[in-house]
Amino acid sequence: MPDSATMLTNAPPLARFVLRADAETTIKAGAVYGLDLPLTINQGASKGERGKPGARVALKLGPDEFWLIVPEAEGAGVRALLDTALAGCVCALVDVSHRQVGFVLSGPDAATLLSSGCPLDFDLRAFPLGMATRSVFDKIEFMVWRMAQDVFRIEVARSFGPYFEAMIAEARHDLV
Amino acid sequence: MLLILCPYCQSRRAELEFRNVGAAHISRPSDPQTTTDAQWGEFLYQRDNPKGRIAERWLHIHGCGRYFNAIRDTISDVFVTTYKSGEPPPAMPSEAKP
Ligand SMILES: [Zn+2]
Repeated sequence: MPDSATMLTNAPPLARFVLRADAETTIKAGAVYGLDLPLTINQGASKGERGKPGARVALKLGPDEFWLIVPEAEGAGVRALLDTALAGCVCALVDVSHRQVGFVLSGPDAATLLSSGCPLDFDLRAFPLGMATRSVFDKIEFMVWRMAQDVFRIEVARSFGPYFEAMIAEARHDLV
Repeated sequence: MLLILCPYCQSRRAELEFRNVGAAHISRPSDPQTTTDAQWGEFLYQRDNPKGRIAERWLHIHGCGRYFNAIRDTISDVFVTTYKSGEPPPAMPSEAKP
């Protein structure tokens, strides 16, 4: 039987930014963002509680690509801070808040459900805490970040949200 | 499933995350104004189609988003090695062209 404690929930409303920057600019951005951006590729960092005031997420998904995720209400403020701090630096900061939707998949069967559609190895040795990466899930691209052993944060393109939910629901049936 | 080592992510990922984007190490003529039609045609269309090892560009499109180069064997589909864009192709004395 699928474990009823395993749940797929929607992330709260969030503001999202993509920052493309070199190492030096990354440090500057971290200083005003209030959270050091990860140095290692495919790593996530966070502080605060998801969706609550002051929460900050930084994911390094490429050699110079970072996703910055904050509560929706703080998006404009964070953007203004970064705009000022990064003026004159060679970098790109793009607001992609409404490009994506976020999910949280949590519970004992979370990794098994993800494995139904994603070729990544979700064993803790291969996909440790804090790892975040883009990959594919069935026919869509998604971003998956392991926040705890049984807690995954997922982002998919907005139009793929219903598809992702449906495929996870389908995978649940297979666990019966 | 074929696993490909991304030189930027430094991890082996499923082939599904990648796209092949054609032959590697083909440079665009630096001055198209003085290039003949034949030379331009050569640059655009003429490609080796070897039976054996070939240097190709690959894109980790559903991963880090980076282009890199790979030496792949067209017979066995084995990825001999992968390396970052801009790096010279590794020497392969045993497979040198005649
Ligand atoms: Zn990669």
